Amino acid sequence: MKPDPGILLNRRIMNRCMTVLFVVALVISLGVLVAILGKLILDGIGYFTPAVFLKSTPAPGTEGGLFNAIVGSIILVAVAILFAVPLGILAGTYLAEYGRNSRFGQVVRFCNDILLSAPSIIIGLFIYSIIVMPSGHFSAWAGALSLCVIALPVIVRTTEDMLHLVPDTLREAAIALGCPYWRMIVSIGWRAARPGILTGILLAVARISGETAPLLFTSLNNQFASYSMNGPIASLPVVIFQFAMSPYRDWQHLAWAGAFLITVTVLALSILSRYILFVIWKGK
Amino acid sequence: MIDESNGIGTKVSLKGLNFYYGDIHALKNINIDFPDHRVTALIGPSGCGKSTLLRVLNRMYDLYPGQRAEGQVMVDGENIISAGVVVSTLRAKIGMVFQRPTPFPMSIYENIAFPVRLYRKLPRREMDELVEKTLGKAALWNEVKDKLQRSGLSLSGGQQQRLCIARTIAIQPEIVLLDEPASALDPISMGQIDELIYELRKDYCVILVTHNLQQAARVSDFTAFLYLGTLIEFDSTTTIFSLPKSKQTEDYVTGRFG
Repeated sequence: MKPDPGILLNRRIMNRCMTVLFVVALVISLGVLVAILGKLILDGIGYFTPAVFLKSTPAPGTEGGLFNAIVGSIILVAVAILFAVPLGILAGTYLAEYGRNSRFGQVVRFCNDILLSAPSIIIGLFIYSIIVMPSGHFSAWAGALSLCVIALPVIVRTTEDMLHLVPDTLREAAIALGCPYWRMIVSIGWRAARPGILTGILLAVARISGETAPLLFTSLNNQFASYSMNGPIASLPVVIFQFAMSPYRDWQHLAWAGAFLITVTVLALSILSRYILFVIWKGK
Repeated sequence: MIDESNGIGTKVSLKGLNFYYGDIHALKNINIDFPDHRVTALIGPSGCGKSTLLRVLNRMYDLYPGQRAEGQVMVDGENIISAGVVVSTLRAKIGMVFQRPTPFPMSIYENIAFPVRLYRKLPRREMDELVEKTLGKAALWNEVKDKLQRSGLSLSGGQQQRLCIARTIAIQPEIVLLDEPASALDPISMGQIDELIYELRKDYCVILVTHNLQQAARVSDFTAFLYLGTLIEFDSTTTIFSLPKSKQTEDYVTGRFG
């Protein structure tokens, strides 16, 4: 059939309009990201001196760095991930392999999805009421635990999703060799899903290393280089929060440097996780 | 049907086998004897139950709740669908190769060694020998001997499928089930698989599900025609393709339906 010229013209006009709309949307969303990064680089990099890594947070008016906050953040994130990874992988594996269609599995999956989108301040308040209040003081344990609760659903979800991507034929192939189900999961399922699970863990690390709200109620902050798990501990996001709100110039400068550091770290983790997914996975 | 005087014994004997996917009656009262050291092809239109029949033979349906088999599947005098059978031992005896190549996400060497390790602890040297011998049997050794540590996924489709066949025979099964093993491959790989199937009959009872009638005619000794969950006809492949007794079989093998 010979197309009506009017229809072709309409199509062309529609195509133009939609393309313009898409480009505008792209520019707006990318523009926000570029603006944030640009501002951070312009304002942050100037204060990004070796002292940031070498000295602890100062009293106003004296010289200092972010050393104790950086170490504090690393401790909090490391402890949180240490607990969240085995729990998350086991729960995700249960959902993908055993609880696929069971009622219990559906309930767990639903709860996990709610936890995934729960506001982090609520999680902070929850840990505050079950750990900080009874024990009577803020502590790094409480901070790590609240971060763990935030990381957990991310890992559960990615583990489940990645195991779902392992084709059933691969499972059957292992079972057809007489392989017990648990061994199939360990040797075939986890191995096939490994890059994806690793990506999920890195994304969870990226997510919790920038969390501020739950730490305000739990690990609080510490002016001093104290790394005891039983006492309050400094962390980058909370220090940034405190310093950025302060009237002191040098504190504000350190906040910029900290914001720059944390953004670069999270960005690097995201890029690394994508690299693992696309290059290593496809490359083998 | 099976000529005992030629030295062909029955390896698998189905008596009154019924199979259900939930409420769907997928296999209806199947009676058939699969001969040892021969290739038996299962043919029939899609949905006729040929793959289902294959999955009964190694109890693959156990994985899925709601699927159940009734009747007798006798292998070496044991009803393998009865409750007391140890399925992992059973599956060591009855290997299966799937339609799509399914190499495990590990090296070529490990793909062969993995199933062996499920049953035996071998010293490194013996394992090396076994891997070489097995890959040789699957006509793959010459192509992969210099890259045994590379991932099994790096091979071509046809090579992957031969790797899967090698993996299946690595644990020395007695019966090899092939579920359309060449249908996802190019013609040359397909020819290599066919040759391999023909070789396998020396050592195993081979049961082959195929949509490809030429393949069935080329490599099989016996052919069973299934239609709508019922076994219509079972005879030597020559008879099925030249002088079938049933009208339905004749229509199918001459391409009039299916």
